[in-house]
Amino acid sequence: MSDVDPSPTPPPPHVYRHRLPTRIWHWVNAVTLLVLLMSGLTIFNAHPRLYWGEYGANFDRAWLVIGSTADEGYLRIGDWRVETTGVLGRWTDAEGIQKTWAFPGWATIPTSYSLADGRRWHLFFAWVMAMGLTLYMLWTAIGGHLKKDLHVRRTEWSPRHIWDDIKDHARLRFPTGDAAARYGILQKLSYIGVIFILLPLMIATGLTMSPGINAGAPWLLDLFGGRQSARSIHFIAAWALVAFFLVHNLMVLLAGPVNEVRSMVTGWFRLPPEKDA
Amino acid sequence: MNEIILPRRQLIARVGGLAATLPLLSACDAINDAPAVRKILSMGEEMNRASQRALIDRNALAREYSRADLSPYFRPNGTRLPAGAAYAAHAASGFGDWRVAVTGLVARPLSLSMADIRAMPQRTQITRHDCVEGWSAIGQWTGVQLSRILAAAGVSDNARYIVFRCADRLGDALYYESCDMIDARHPQTILAWALNDAVLPIANGAPLRLRIERQLGYKHAKYVNAIEAVASLDGIGAGKGGYWEDRIDYEWYAGI
Repeated sequence: MSDVDPSPTPPPPHVYRHRLPTRIWHWVNAVTLLVLLMSGLTIFNAHPRLYWGEYGANFDRAWLVIGSTADEGYLRIGDWRVETTGVLGRWTDAEGIQKTWAFPGWATIPTSYSLADGRRWHLFFAWVMAMGLTLYMLWTAIGGHLKKDLHVRRTEWSPRHIWDDIKDHARLRFPTGDAAARYGILQKLSYIGVIFILLPLMIATGLTMSPGINAGAPWLLDLFGGRQSARSIHFIAAWALVAFFLVHNLMVLLAGPVNEVRSMVTGWFRLPPEKDA
Repeated sequence: MNEIILPRRQLIARVGGLAATLPLLSACDAINDAPAVRKILSMGEEMNRASQRALIDRNALAREYSRADLSPYFRPNGTRLPAGAAYAAHAASGFGDWRVAVTGLVARPLSLSMADIRAMPQRTQITRHDCVEGWSAIGQWTGVQLSRILAAAGVSDNARYIVFRCADRLGDALYYESCDMIDARHPQTILAWALNDAVLPIANGAPLRLRIERQLGYKHAKYVNAIEAVASLDGIGAGKGGYWEDRIDYEWYAGI
């Protein structure tokens, strides 16, 4: 017995990774952005056509259309057209009834077509998102999160460093030890992109669609090239957020979902042990 | 064999998945229909109205465009041809007998003919029409400012809303809409009788329609034949101030 090594393996070190405002904002956003996306799809269904410029209606050329013919659904972008029967434009609901709304009921709030209800959800949760974002931006700037965790250091901007991080992600090699407590360059850029570019862009293009705001801030129309352009950009940026969501969740799954989710609930993150060389 | 079985398995899995989501979907709709939820959601409308009224000058103008910006075709929406013999007779006679009653909290109730309205000072504006559905069309409108009609009728200080009554019947009722006194007195709020230098087409609301440029399309009442100044919207329809507001819960304040 005495020749057994008596020293137990030390418990893996835990770091306090996410402070309370980050955790609250994260989960509020998870719900809010889902509601905004699904109610936004309801609103899109009211007129599933997108245009560039100030005006655009049924008789004008749309750059994107989700439509239906007698027997198929389709998506047309410019001159490129793809059949989407079953998913977009023509699909069958849970009761077996053929529907021709652009996005199917399982993807929209409410599940039946109601532009009025979709707008109620969208325009309430838009306030939740905008106020949450404003508070979080202020907190990141004043509370040091921006400077300490998100600030991209000069050395990190080097193309070689960025390329190395891309390669590491592609090989699913995630940082271990102390390096795992910090954000990598791609993480920093994606979080900064969402907080300071994509979400503000959603708010600004959303407000540009408001005829009331247009009267008070007509420069928004010039900034985005007109109301229908703002509507198109709003739609594209929404899918950019969906893309972020997908990659974000894939990374959580690959990096260790229990540890990652726990750190976003309790704040405490278990550092993955250094691998032996 | 596997190649044949696999798609069927996938099909079964898909149908099974669909059935499993059914309770979830109906739960979502139960949330959507709960009165408490609807009350919370409708706070968004009040926040939009209050913030726009607080932050935007009450006379701030909607953008006016140039003739080069006009939509090639101005899409009509809603009623395109009011039903009934009375409207058909008006249309056949060129709306020579059309009257717009101005009533309610006014010192001098009026009954205006189209000739009366055209004899007043006119305003022409090229503006963008934004439908709640998402599309936009740019048109040139000519008509009389509502503020002039209200002044001619001597609208009372007790009036808080202006109600517009229309000649088109949609389903169970004639169309109606309303706005507050800020939008009623806004310089671009006009009763228009011309679109793109031609007499207003029937599909677009002949002989007279409202233009209320800082709000969405359903607020722009067409076929207007009565204007009423009121202190409260309680007695109008179901009390929410408009045809769609009362029926499907569109926002009364449609500035966004």
